Amino acid sequence: MHRRGVGAGAIAKKKLAEAKYRERGTVLAEDQIAQMSKQLETFKTHLEEFASKHKQEIRKNSQFRVQFQEMCATIGVDPLASGKGFWSEMLGVGDFYYELGVQIIEVCLALKHRNGGLITLDELHQRVLKGRGKFAQDVSQDDLVRAIKKLKAMGNGFGMIPVGGSYLVQSVPAELNMDHTVVLQLAEKKGYVTVMEIKDSLKWERERACHVLDHLLKEGLAWLDSQADGEPQYWLPALFSELSSRDVTPEEANQMTP
Amino acid sequence: MDRFVWSNGLLEMNETLVIQQRGVRLYDGDEKAKLDVGVVLLSTHRLIWRDQKNHECCIAIPLSQIIFFEEQAAGIGKSAKIVIHLHPASANKEPGPYQHSKYSYIKLSFKEHGQIEFYRRLTEEMTQKRWENTPASQPIPTATGSQAGRTRAVGIVGIERKIEEKRKETDKNISEAFEDLSKLMIKAKEMVELSRSIASKIKDKQGDITEDETIRFKSYLLSMGIANPVTRETHGSGTHYHMQLAKQLGDMLQAPLEERGGMMALTEVYCLVNRARGMELLSPEDLVNACKMFETLKLPLRLRVFDSGVMVVQLQSHSEEEMIASALDNVSEKGSLTAEEFAKLLGLSVLLAKERLLLAEKMGHLCRDDSVEGLRFYPNLF
Repeated sequence: MHRRGVGAGAIAKKKLAEAKYRERGTVLAEDQIAQMSKQLETFKTHLEEFASKHKQEIRKNSQFRVQFQEMCATIGVDPLASGKGFWSEMLGVGDFYYELGVQIIEVCLALKHRNGGLITLDELHQRVLKGRGKFAQDVSQDDLVRAIKKLKAMGNGFGMIPVGGSYLVQSVPAELNMDHTVVLQLAEKKGYVTVMEIKDSLKWERERACHVLDHLLKEGLAWLDSQADGEPQYWLPALFSELSSRDVTPEEANQMTP
Repeated sequence: MDRFVWSNGLLEMNETLVIQQRGVRLYDGDEKAKLDVGVVLLSTHRLIWRDQKNHECCIAIPLSQIIFFEEQAAGIGKSAKIVIHLHPASANKEPGPYQHSKYSYIKLSFKEHGQIEFYRRLTEEMTQKRWENTPASQPIPTATGSQAGRTRAVGIVGIERKIEEKRKETDKNISEAFEDLSKLMIKAKEMVELSRSIASKIKDKQGDITEDETIRFKSYLLSMGIANPVTRETHGSGTHYHMQLAKQLGDMLQAPLEERGGMMALTEVYCLVNRARGMELLSPEDLVNACKMFETLKLPLRLRVFDSGVMVVQLQSHSEEEMIASALDNVSEKGSLTAEEFAKLLGLSVLLAKERLLLAEKMGHLCRDDSVEGLRFYPNLF
C-alpha cells in the first residue's frame, strides 16, 4: 500500500509529480475518487426517487425482481453484496434475500439427518413456503436460487446440481464430482438406482459404479436396500418426497372406487 | 365450478405433471366451493384438484377449457388467488361435483402460498398448449365456447374486456417501472466504469492515494455493490462498516460460543445474528468480511476455514491443543467414535464434531476406518 511520505522533501516531490500528471492531462486517482463521491450522492438521490415510486414492485412482483437482478448483473453490480449497499437499504432487496437465506439454512439443517444434505429445489421451496407462514410474502424458485448463490460465500458447501429439469440443492461440503452427479441424475426418475442400471445406461465398469455408490452411502446421501427383488437398490432420500407427492400410485388407484 | 368432472387423478399416457401445490381452496366464482382444502396439480393437459384428507375426492378440468386467468393479490386475512375464466361446459360433459353454477369463473386460493410458481407454470402451459400436440389417450371434452347460450357468451365478452383493460393498466405501471429501472441502470453503469478507471489508476500508481482515500473508495464500492477490483488489502478487505460489525459480533457471540464449546459454523452465526436483528440484515459477505477483521482488531474471536471448506468462528481462548487432546481422550475412552457419536457426546453439531476428529487425525492422534458403514476414528497406535 502506498503511504504518503512524511517530511518536506517528500511533499515537494509529490507536488511535482502531481503537476507533471496534470500537465499531461491525466486525471489523478484521488481526483476521481472525489468525483466519485459527488456522483454517488447524485445516484443515491435517483435511487431514492426510484424507490419511492417502485419499491412495492420489487417486493410484490417476482418477474420484476428477476429483471432487476439480471440488469444489475449485466452492468457489473451485485445488489445483494452487502446489507449496507444502497440497493439493499433503499429498495429493501437485501432483507428479502438475506432472510430467505436464513430460512433455507434452517430447512436444510433440519432435514440433513434424513437426506444427508441433499434436497430437491421443489421440496426446499415447499418447506420454505410452509415455514414462512400465511402472512409472509410468496417467493419463487428464482428467489431461492439467488439466495443460495449468496450463501456460498460462507463456505459450508452450498451448491446446486442440475437434475431432471430442476436442481438438487447441496448444503454440506461433501465432494461430488461429475461421476456422482451423473448417477444422481440417473436415480432421479425412480428415486433409486442399481449397479446394473448404471452399467447399462452409462456403460461403466462395475468397479466404477460401486465406487461412486459407496461414496454416496458414506456421505449419507444414499441408503442401501439389499433386500430388494433382484439387485440391491441404492435409494436417495433427497428424491423421496418428490415421488411420494406425485399422483396416486397404481396400487392406490386400484383400491379407489371409481 | 360446473366445468369440473370427477377424476381418478391418474395421469394419462403423454400427460406429464408440471407442478403441484398443497393448501389450495377452490372458489365457485366468488363463493367458497363446498370442498375442503386440497392439492392442486397442473399437468400438460389438465388442472386437477384433490382433497388433502380424502384422496378419493378428485376432480379435473381440461386446460383447453380455460379462456383467461389472472392473479389476485393477497390482502389482509385473504390469501393470494388465481382467477380462472372458463368456457362453458360442453353438452356431453361427464358428471362432476357441481351440476350447475351461475359463475363462469373459479378461483384457486393459495393458503400456503406457491402462487407465483403456479401462475408462471400455468402461463407456460397455456402458451405452449402441449395438450394439442399429444392428445391424452382418454378423450377429454373440449369446449369451443360458441355452443353456449347467447346470454352466457355475452357475459364472458364483457368480463374479458374488463380484464383486458385492467391488464393494460397493470402493464403500463410495469413498463413505467421498467423504464425508470433502465434509466437508473444507465447511471449505475457510469459509476461502475468510473470505479474501474480509479482501480486501474491505483494499480498503475497514477497518483498518490492515502490510506483514508482507499478506505473511502472501498466504502463507495460497497454502497454500489461493485466488487473490489483492487486486490491489495488495507485492514483486511473491510471498510469502517465491517470494522464496526466485527466489534458488534465480538460482543454478541461471546456467550453463544461458550455455550457451544467455543466454535460455531458461520452459517449458524449468520442465522443467529440475522434472527436477532430482525431488520437491516447482514449479507453473507458482510459477515465474512467482518469476521476477517477479528485478528486485526485484536478481538478475542477468529474466523477459521477448515480443509473441507467449512468456515467457523471460534473463541481465541479456545486452544487447539486442548481440543485435540480432549478428542483423543474421548475416542480412547470409547475405543472408537464416529462423528455422530462424538457430536452427541459433546453436544456439538455433527459438522463441527467431524472437523475436530479430522483435525486430530491430521495431527496424527487418530486414524480412520472408512467403510460403507460410515467413518469411524480410532486412537492412532502407530
